[in-house]
Amino acid sequence: MSTGLVRRAISRVSSNPASKLLFARAHASEVQAQQVEPKAQDNSKLKTFSIYRWNPDNPSKPELKDYQIDLKDCGPMVLDALIKIKNEIDPTLTFRRSCREGICGSCAMNIDGCNGLACLTKIESGEASTVTPLPHMFVIKDLVVDMTNFYNQYKSIEPWLKRKTPPPVPGKEVPQSKKDRAKLDGMYECILCACCSTSCPSYWWNPESYLGPAALLHAHRWISDSRDEYTKERLDAINDEFKLYRCHTILNCARACPKGLNPGKQITTIKQLQLSS
Amino acid sequence: MKLTGLQKQVLGLYRGFLRAARTKGSEERKKIESIVSSEFRRHAKSIERKNFIYIEYLLRRGTKQLEQLKNPDTLSLSTVPVRHHPS
Repeated sequence: MSTGLVRRAISRVSSNPASKLLFARAHASEVQAQQVEPKAQDNSKLKTFSIYRWNPDNPSKPELKDYQIDLKDCGPMVLDALIKIKNEIDPTLTFRRSCREGICGSCAMNIDGCNGLACLTKIESGEASTVTPLPHMFVIKDLVVDMTNFYNQYKSIEPWLKRKTPPPVPGKEVPQSKKDRAKLDGMYECILCACCSTSCPSYWWNPESYLGPAALLHAHRWISDSRDEYTKERLDAINDEFKLYRCHTILNCARACPKGLNPGKQITTIKQLQLSS
Repeated sequence: MKLTGLQKQVLGLYRGFLRAARTKGSEERKKIESIVSSEFRRHAKSIERKNFIYIEYLLRRGTKQLEQLKNPDTLSLSTVPVRHHPS
């Protein structure tokens, strides 16, 4: 009851500066406690993130904006840092993210010069990091890039099962032996994050005509599928100076792939199949 | 007047929109044409001629929207007024 009285008394005279002074003195011990805190803050690990910013609604030149965050108060991955910045410092920061565990491929971006998924890339211990959108892609806003061309290329290789004969049991699935299934390992894992294609210099120079590592990896995934009966047509469709043969085995794709796949190796296999067929 | 490549692209996009509008109903066609022309005129006025980054961005966005409009399943076009809060 007494506390209620005090509160009411304060609220009644709150417009009076003297009462504010009184209020401050009453909490003197708390102020001392706060002064102790900076010592604990020495323990903090500050890191600067330079993030590419460009907003189409506010037309100006793109810029790198610095954000300083405390790593002690942040998750281990770059995506955690981005979410922290968006939550606490700048809500206008725009990036794609979804699963935060490397299965959706949404958060592909260029971190310290290397393409990767922000959710699978650990924050380096150094002083500063740079985060930019995927290289050589058109920016829609901040870290969001236009993936239309990339998806159209994926569509162009017809990534679905094509059959000339009906399945062995009508209306049922087409079975596959374990050995045939094993042939798809190293290809089916691809999540189409575009890290590989956008790290490929050949793709930078011919993004329209060269299919790029990701689409070619998926092309090979369907070429080598034992259930697919359009293997030859698929091989013929990509047997093109630009579509396939712009790959000069630079192998940036294998270095960039966050899933540890090797698109370059699969493209080489396609080239060998082209020769033997 | 000699037009630059970018200007030709913009005019080409405008023409593309008008051609796409012809494939729609007469009522919709009028509506589409008025929206498209006001959008182009608004940007022509508000954007600095040398702001290439932004003009190219709008071109890409416009091309994408035109692609959608060309689809026979797209019957009409409408706009929603957006108030921009300067950040």
